[in-house]
Amino acid sequence: MKWYPTIAIERLEVGFGGCVKLEGQQIAVFRYGPEEFYALSNCCPHKKQMVIARGLIGDLAGKPKVACALHKNQFSLETGKCLNTDLSSLKTYQVKLEEGQVCIGLP
Amino acid sequence: MVRLSKLIVIGNGMVGAKFLDLLCQSPARELYEIQVFGAEPQPAYDRVALSRLFADATPQDLELYPTAWYKEQGIELHLNCPIERLDLIHKTVQSKEGILHPYDKLVIASGSKAFIPPVEGLSGEGVFTYRDLADVDSIQTYGKKQKNALVIGGGLLGLEAAKALNDFGLTVTILEAAPRLMPMQLDNEGAQELQSQIEDLGLKVMTQALSERVEREGAGLRLHLRGGKVLPTDMIVVSAGIRPQDELARQAGLALGERGGIKIDHNMQTSEPNVFALGEVASFAGQTFGLVAPGYQMARAAVAVFNQEKSPFELPNISTKLKLLGVEVASFGDALEETPGCDALRLSNPAAGMYKKLVFHPEENRLLGGVLVGDVSEFGKLSQLVQREAALPPKPEELLFPTKSDSSPTSLALLPSRTVICNCENLTKGKIIETIRAQGITNLADLKKATRGGTGCGGCSQLLTDLLNLELEGQGVVVNKSLCEHFAYTRTELYAEIKKGGYHLFSEVLSHLGSGKGCEVCKPVVANLLATLWNDSVMSNKEIQDTNDAFLANIQVNGSYSVIPRMPGGETTAEGLIAIGEVAKEFNLYVKLTGGERIALFGASLEDLPKIWGRLIAAGFESGHAYGKSLRTVKSCVGSTWCHLGVGDSLDMAVTLENRYKSLRGPHKMKGAASGCMRECAEANCKDFGLIATEKGWNLFVGGNGGIKPQHGQLLAADITKEEAIRYIDRYLIYYFRTADKLTRTSTWLSLLEGGIERLKEIIVQDSLGIAAELEAEMERLVANQHCEWKRLLADPPKLSLFRPFLNSDDSDESIRFQEKRSQVVPLLTP
Repeated sequence: MKWYPTIAIERLEVGFGGCVKLEGQQIAVFRYGPEEFYALSNCCPHKKQMVIARGLIGDLAGKPKVACALHKNQFSLETGKCLNTDLSSLKTYQVKLEEGQVCIGLP
Repeated sequence: MVRLSKLIVIGNGMVGAKFLDLLCQSPARELYEIQVFGAEPQPAYDRVALSRLFADATPQDLELYPTAWYKEQGIELHLNCPIERLDLIHKTVQSKEGILHPYDKLVIASGSKAFIPPVEGLSGEGVFTYRDLADVDSIQTYGKKQKNALVIGGGLLGLEAAKALNDFGLTVTILEAAPRLMPMQLDNEGAQELQSQIEDLGLKVMTQALSERVEREGAGLRLHLRGGKVLPTDMIVVSAGIRPQDELARQAGLALGERGGIKIDHNMQTSEPNVFALGEVASFAGQTFGLVAPGYQMARAAVAVFNQEKSPFELPNISTKLKLLGVEVASFGDALEETPGCDALRLSNPAAGMYKKLVFHPEENRLLGGVLVGDVSEFGKLSQLVQREAALPPKPEELLFPTKSDSSPTSLALLPSRTVICNCENLTKGKIIETIRAQGITNLADLKKATRGGTGCGGCSQLLTDLLNLELEGQGVVVNKSLCEHFAYTRTELYAEIKKGGYHLFSEVLSHLGSGKGCEVCKPVVANLLATLWNDSVMSNKEIQDTNDAFLANIQVNGSYSVIPRMPGGETTAEGLIAIGEVAKEFNLYVKLTGGERIALFGASLEDLPKIWGRLIAAGFESGHAYGKSLRTVKSCVGSTWCHLGVGDSLDMAVTLENRYKSLRGPHKMKGAASGCMRECAEANCKDFGLIATEKGWNLFVGGNGGIKPQHGQLLAADITKEEAIRYIDRYLIYYFRTADKLTRTSTWLSLLEGGIERLKEIIVQDSLGIAAELEAEMERLVANQHCEWKRLLADPPKLSLFRPFLNSDDSDESIRFQEKRSQVVPLLTP
């Protein structure tokens, strides 16, 4: 696994998401809590559009999730699994905070 | 093999069809081969709703059992086929074509026909009855070219006919021979109240008007009244009562009632054991019944007899609740104080258009009947008291002044389960509860579907609702109207709580009123409520906005956005067009006109949005709020400014309204329109609010929709000034913001509003709740706080940092691709 620093932590406020480009891949990053970040593929498997980072985040019975900006399909932020229908899962990435940066691990 | 008995049913009206329906659901169905003969060309339809054909319904809407149903049930249906002879000795009926059909059992449900008073010249062209679909058709064809009409008869049917003609745009005069309207159901005071309200609507009423003869003068008619008065008119509709259609029985020698109709006993049996009669043609205890509920009871009693059960027909409790020309009227039990020794309590409030009378038996301490005009909300409860012969409360006068808590479900809970809730369907409380439990019903629509209760006269709808809620609460089912798992409030409740708490931020709302982190359901709703309440910038709660609100643009299929500047009333200038054209060219955008008379630019990338808007704002445009649950457009025709047919300045109206309401946010998007004349080129009738110019001002329609479920707007106020229109729309919109559920358009909201448009008129126009000033003030505050969201955003550069595809790179998003079609760009999607 190779770790890539992407953005300064304060670049994203709590509750917000954004997209980073790493090695040609689009990765959606969400700040769920002050020190709780998640990273997943930005491509919604429904219509194959790069829109996941623009979705709203929240929780389903306490478990963090994101709802796609186009059709509100929901995915677990932890596992990438689709929560409301049988779409394929979003790929998830590991995140760690280091030296004020949000770092994402690519295999 | 067992030979099936032959059953013939003469007549395919509401009662005949109800009989067949019930019979087919019973074991006795197996014993018969069934033939039905109907005189009309179509199978049974909802005759009670005939006047709807003049408003919004088609004959298909009135259909009760389609032809296919008869086929499924194995019933041989002959339409357009009146029976002309009945031979009791050989047990045959003879149809119009002369064919003889033998029967073992015969059911006569031939209904009634309009009674035409013996008035010289009262027939021929221009004279109509009002009984069936064919009558409606003739009235509509002929009435199209006419201006005014006389309706002979001020009873139930006459008023229905008058309403229909009034809806059709004719000037109507109602003539009643008795000294008051609805003489069979109302007392003098009640009838007077009804009359004055009908007259307020612009209809004329003449009582003690006895017609003597009709003369013809050119294409017109002249009706001479006793006393010498002459009324010129274009057409006459006779609705002076009905007479049983009993000639067939008369010829055949069946016994008749004293006042006509085929004489029947408790078992619907006529003087001939194998012949039954039902509905309006039947005479029971010397009476005939012109309402559908007793007819259905007869059908039920007959089916019981066919199944060798006992369910004898009893003298029915005749109660009526209906809306006549917008006036709600109810009459039940002994409304006319005919019981010896009875006593009456009256309450009259002409200013509020309300009259109530309750008739008591002081010695037996029970309610006998009553009359309600203007406010019939207590009808269900009061007529139940009569039917159950229940003991009166200690202070009977309190029944005249119901308080909200008085209609508490406890009284419903105490009703015995055999109590009939829906008279039309003979549906008991027990049966309703059983159905709710067995089918797990949780809403009124499903309950109506499952039981057919409340689908006849509709008088029991409120009782059904109360009963359903009572049962659900009893089951511990909290009727769940919560927004989502994070807020145990409805949108309406949350609106009130946020207002009370004065919260401006989602974090405050969540910590005080909710739990968890929120989700894609509650976040946009709260965002929307905050905008509705305070008209704050949506940017102050950006993390809870749907992507369209977060980026102030509508996301499109490929992740690009659209840009729609406001063009009030669809007006723009040559400079405006050039500026839009230049922007479109520079940013390579697709250009299209929207349905709301403005120009949309598609295909903008996230990073270009601020630049595009900067250019448009510099050219004098502002945000069109096409991305929000907000006012989209107020569409307009050119009105009297340009159009030689225009009677009102619809452009001025549309531009004023659009500028007034342009930054409002509500439960859902809102659209308005103003048309300069009745030709309605701006389609104001399918908008959340629409104005149509009249010779005297403006007609204001509300609750229209052209979307998922097209619905015409309903008239809230007629012939009002521009200032009045603005006041009413102010009140209407704020009231809608306050009371609508999430994502509910005004059309759905209005159809769910208890009391519908009439209730809305009371609140908005008559200010019955005393909140008009408050609603107006709230609108003023929102209008004062209006702003262009793009202008505000561009003045705050740090907020623009999110308007780029990648947080860690300045690249554009290459996954968004376009192709060329008809000389413009359109999305190229990944297959």
